[in-house]
Amino acid sequence: MTPANPKLKNRIGESLSGAQIIWEALVREGVEVCFGYPGGAIMPAYDAMIQYPVHHVLTRHEQGASHMADGYARASGQVGVCIATSGPGATNLITGIATAMLDSIPMVCITGQVPSALIGSDAFQETDITGCTIPVTKHNYLVTKPEQIAPTIREAFYVARSGRPGPVLVDITKDAQQQSCVFEWSDDEIVLPGYRPDYAPLPEQLEEAVALIKAAKRPILFAGHGIIKSQATDAVIEFVEKTNIPVACTLLGLGGFPATHPRNLGMMGMHGETWVNKAIQDADLIIAAGMRFDDRVTGNLKTYAQNAKKIHIELDPAEINKNVWVDVPIVGDVGEVLADLLPHVEQCDRSEWLDYIDEIKGDSAVRDIKNLPDLGKLYAAHVIHDIYRFTEGKALVVTDVGQHQMWEAQYYKHDYPRKLLTSGGLGTMGFALPAGIGAKFAQPGDSVWVICGDGGFQMTQAELSTCAQEGIKVNVAIINNGFLGMVRQWQEFFFGGRYVATPLLSPDFVKIAEAHSLTGIRVEQRSEVEEAVRVAEATEGTVVIDFRVEQEDAVYPMVPAGANLHDMIQRPAAPNQDHNPIFETGEDE
Amino acid sequence: MTRSVKRTFAVFVEDKPGVLNRVASLFRRRSYNIDSLNVGTTHEPGVSRMTIVCDADTDTARRIEANLYKMVNVLWVDDITHKQTIDRVLALIKVNCDRDQRDEVLKICEVFRARAIDMSPDRITIEITGARDKVEGLVSVLKPFGILELVQTGTVAMTRGVEKHDLAHPTVPASRNDAA
Ligand SMILES: Cc1ncc(C[n+]2csc(CCOP(=O)(O)OP(=O)(O)O)c2C)c(N)n1
Repeated sequence: MTPANPKLKNRIGESLSGAQIIWEALVREGVEVCFGYPGGAIMPAYDAMIQYPVHHVLTRHEQGASHMADGYARASGQVGVCIATSGPGATNLITGIATAMLDSIPMVCITGQVPSALIGSDAFQETDITGCTIPVTKHNYLVTKPEQIAPTIREAFYVARSGRPGPVLVDITKDAQQQSCVFEWSDDEIVLPGYRPDYAPLPEQLEEAVALIKAAKRPILFAGHGIIKSQATDAVIEFVEKTNIPVACTLLGLGGFPATHPRNLGMMGMHGETWVNKAIQDADLIIAAGMRFDDRVTGNLKTYAQNAKKIHIELDPAEINKNVWVDVPIVGDVGEVLADLLPHVEQCDRSEWLDYIDEIKGDSAVRDIKNLPDLGKLYAAHVIHDIYRFTEGKALVVTDVGQHQMWEAQYYKHDYPRKLLTSGGLGTMGFALPAGIGAKFAQPGDSVWVICGDGGFQMTQAELSTCAQEGIKVNVAIINNGFLGMVRQWQEFFFGGRYVATPLLSPDFVKIAEAHSLTGIRVEQRSEVEEAVRVAEATEGTVVIDFRVEQEDAVYPMVPAGANLHDMIQRPAAPNQDHNPIFETGEDE
Repeated sequence: MTRSVKRTFAVFVEDKPGVLNRVASLFRRRSYNIDSLNVGTTHEPGVSRMTIVCDADTDTARRIEANLYKMVNVLWVDDITHKQTIDRVLALIKVNCDRDQRDEVLKICEVFRARAIDMSPDRITIEITGARDKVEGLVSVLKPFGILELVQTGTVAMTRGVEKHDLAHPTVPASRNDAA
């Protein structure tokens, strides 16, 4: 548990208002910053806030508040907190809550509710927010009495961060905030009779896994988001270095195992690399660690990894056999399970299998856009690869949803956990800027890069104003292709090239930045990318870079939705290889 | 994969507002089709018991269980489908029945161990408790008389033995037999 904030006076035993108790509880749970937006039903809480050592970030929309809390949680591993009023304030949080739910992000959302006497009367700004959020929260609470506030908030933090984490909403009526009671706080361990998140692996299943690993000739290890959540990076590295089992990452697993580690093959799935998906289809053993076989990584389940036995290491028993039928389930913390397995697995060089993968990799690498000439055009993949090079792979990158998200995953190599934040499960456009702001509050020392499309940026661009008001710095790279790019790509591939509702007129993003007294830069040539990145890094305050990239570029390779994992649309073959600016300058990795 | 069969779950939950909504919402959201759901208090203060009947194969049943366990207010789940159980439905059936038909209807009630609980010159109301197929049997026999109204509970079920509510994690799935 976090030690109580030293700036907090001890007021246990005093009579406090419910509003004060909210902050007493939040501060005792370690909260230093929260993101929110006031309104009638939460005003008592806001009024009491100034007595407490909590920094409140006023967002421009409650969706921004929930994404910021989410970004804060992803970047720090701590519980993120957002706060909003009843009715529209609460419903505006929902997109951010659902985003956090699908990616298992620990978050506590505090909402005001109409006075308890008015509940059920369709009072002004009354919404049944606990009812609305049952399917998108890990749990939620309606609190109508001041005495319930402290224990409920404590329980909410415990539920949010324990087991498979998730968002928890606490709805507090206005009268509960206004009334007073004696403040009590207990630091005892929380025991909920119906909630037992602590699964330990069964010894016989560990033994079965060891036997499968021993027998395997072509094993592959999947590194999912669970690796990052369980802080299992070192455990994976040790396991992999002993067994020489190659690793494929999910989108949310990127950074959980270093991208530049020789055993890391790269990302799997819909826009995963050809050789990774091929290796999966050819594998005789899959060790899936902290991932859930999402449809975006499996493609057609009937033909998925048919030759492979499957070991599934997962904290949530409800994920076992949900999409893919596994041979040996191991329910437990992935770091602990890998550490348990480590002494029992054999050292092995696996040269045959690794050579085979290298061979299929060689064929794809020549198609890699990173290795292609720019021919005077600005390609998004080049921009992102350049951002990677000029930030030396050390930035904390937050991406939005669409083509740029996939290019980022392919061309920004993440060697460290919690340095790529992206909405994987829900695929929420508008996530990047607010989540980036939240991440910056969590990791003020990091260089935060928000990479987004022209579409997604405009969904939450109002939060630039939050950056300006808070005086915080993120670098925003808008990959501006004049289209809702990913949808346009699907229209090109699967809808006869009919670009319905995807061409997008945007404002002048440089002027938008300037209107907020922030710095705006426009980049139209490859040669200007480095300068722009360096200026952005050196400039105080938030910088927006409008990268005017090729409009009708597509993300390759691609497994169409529901197709077989091995039936990928390949990158087109290389045009003219001799002008390769990256090779010529020798600047590539 | 095994075949889908009717499954019965005994689900013990905290007796708190909204819990029924949460459980129902889980079934709806995951598209598990509920046949019937019954809920009532138990002898233990603060604990309610649900009997949920739905169609599911073995894997789905296990995931239903695991998903129920993920809910903070769910205390204990028992898939009693293949256990020795007592299952009961209660139905009230109001049928057309004039004086001449009365004897016949009452005889039918006797055969089904149902009881006539209300009567008027032209109709009769019958109460029956029993397994679902017995209730269905009575209904089909009464149909020709003209059923005016019918109400029935969902199944409530209980195992014959004494179940220990241990706190081990019963939802951890087994390995496949052919593994290793
Ligand atoms: C809130 C929301 N609405 C719609 C979508 C569907 N969608 C997925 S990608 C995409 C296009 C994104 O366009 P843009 O932000 O310009 O990024 P690009 O794909 O061009 O990189 C859309 C509309 C979504 N993911 N989220």
